[in-house]
Amino acid sequence: MAQTNFNPLKIKKDFPIFKNNPGIVYLDSTASSQKPQIVIDAVTNYYEKYYAPIHRGLYGLAQKSTDMYENARQKVAKFINAENEEIVFTGNASEAINLSAYGWARKFLKKGDVIVLTEMEHHSNIIPWIMIKKKCGVELFYLPYDKDLRLDYKKLFSSKIDLKRIKLVTITHASNVLGTINPVKEIIRYYKNKGIKAKFLVDGAQSIPHIKIDVKDIDCDFFAFSSHKMLGPSGVGVLYAKKEILEEMDPLFFGGQMIKIVTKESATWADIPARFEVGTGRKEAVIGLGAAVDYLEKTGLKNIEKHENELTKYGLKLFKKFEKYIDLYGPKTPENRLSVFSFNFKDIHAHDSADILNRSKVCVRSGHHCAQVLMKCLDVIATARASLYLYNTKEDLDKLGSAFEEVIKIFKLQ
Amino acid sequence: MSDELYKEIILEHWKDPHHYGILKKADIDVTEMNELCGDEIRVMVKLNQGKIEGFSFVVRGCSIAKAGGSILSDLVIGKKILDVKKITPEKFLKEIGVEFTPARTKCALLAYSTLQKAI
Repeated sequence: MAQTNFNPLKIKKDFPIFKNNPGIVYLDSTASSQKPQIVIDAVTNYYEKYYAPIHRGLYGLAQKSTDMYENARQKVAKFINAENEEIVFTGNASEAINLSAYGWARKFLKKGDVIVLTEMEHHSNIIPWIMIKKKCGVELFYLPYDKDLRLDYKKLFSSKIDLKRIKLVTITHASNVLGTINPVKEIIRYYKNKGIKAKFLVDGAQSIPHIKIDVKDIDCDFFAFSSHKMLGPSGVGVLYAKKEILEEMDPLFFGGQMIKIVTKESATWADIPARFEVGTGRKEAVIGLGAAVDYLEKTGLKNIEKHENELTKYGLKLFKKFEKYIDLYGPKTPENRLSVFSFNFKDIHAHDSADILNRSKVCVRSGHHCAQVLMKCLDVIATARASLYLYNTKEDLDKLGSAFEEVIKIFKLQ
Repeated sequence: MSDELYKEIILEHWKDPHHYGILKKADIDVTEMNELCGDEIRVMVKLNQGKIEGFSFVVRGCSIAKAGGSILSDLVIGKKILDVKKITPEKFLKEIGVEFTPARTKCALLAYSTLQKAI
């Protein structure tokens, strides 16, 4: 059951990083989230009490280890309303998208087919498709965004693209730069009603930490995400794909664990999802991810969403206050928007502002955010980015505001 | 809070960089990138009898990169190429006179490294 009283200060205490770094204002969760004690304990306990190989040994400890691993898969499946066998553990979200590209698209797409993606994608959801374009001769069509930096998905119909040629639509659920949440459920339904018979992939790396995900409700064919952005350990990601799609996909890597029968000349593949999980699994990371799912469910995604939306509103007000000095790259309204703020002080490079913010212990990212296509569209080389999560508070944003004053002072912008 | 990094020297050169812009009929015209942050610099040099007669630069980057180019321009114009080659990174950083973190040292040396590579 989710908690009814959500107290961000209490939440902050669940994350030892804040105790060990007093005064730190961590505003880089879009890159990677901090970890609650429960996740750290899950990994440590596993090492200390239950560690053994999985899917191999017959002895008790190995069985327990395997159960813990598979139990985490069940938790993840339940968390996004999928079946257990539809959950493939990968290295991260990028690997999950690569698996869709090489396991599915490379097998089924051909010259003349079209892949629709968006200008606000992370490199992870662009480059695999550039590779498919090179290998299969497909065309790429980028959906633009509108003036409020929301996806203009209806633009597809004013393009010259023959809708019958569209075989894959791949869209980020939330932009890691703009904070825009794309209404993927509506988009998929809208496109299907218009007769588009494509597969739909959702890059959920930025959405799953913040929004309740139901893959059946969204009705996507693929959904990719990463553990380390949703409070879990690094090193593990997930590809969800509909069972019938996984059944027809080719494995990407070959070797241990993913086989049924091996002879000197041939091999047959294990059932899904093992077919796609070569070698020994990332045990401690998967078990840690299971604990992260527990924590998110206990806290309640609805509570997190509500709290973060308050932060978004507060953040937008802060940026409004500084609009004389700062350009904000993202929607100006809090609806369907994450608490992610990409910005630049006018004429000042993102590295300069990030460096000065760091002196006030405010941690923001600066750079192109693995979104060079979007940077080009925005006509900037880099931005600074403050991104918030469940453990952030309005006080954190106040400290960001005070640090802004320092940038103004040092660069004599007044 | 220390303002070591953003000393007056950096801010002055950032606001009003010396020899900033396009040098016509340059003998050397190279563009380099700092792949770490995507900063881009274009360095143009006019040579005459083994000397750097003219130098200019244009940068899409941070204040440190811009100041680095500006300070470099004052340092190298009129100097023999052989002498410019002898300026080590350490010597150039000393010329700027600011302590940089490793990440920002790359920014400070962007113009310097581009010039050294080109000559």
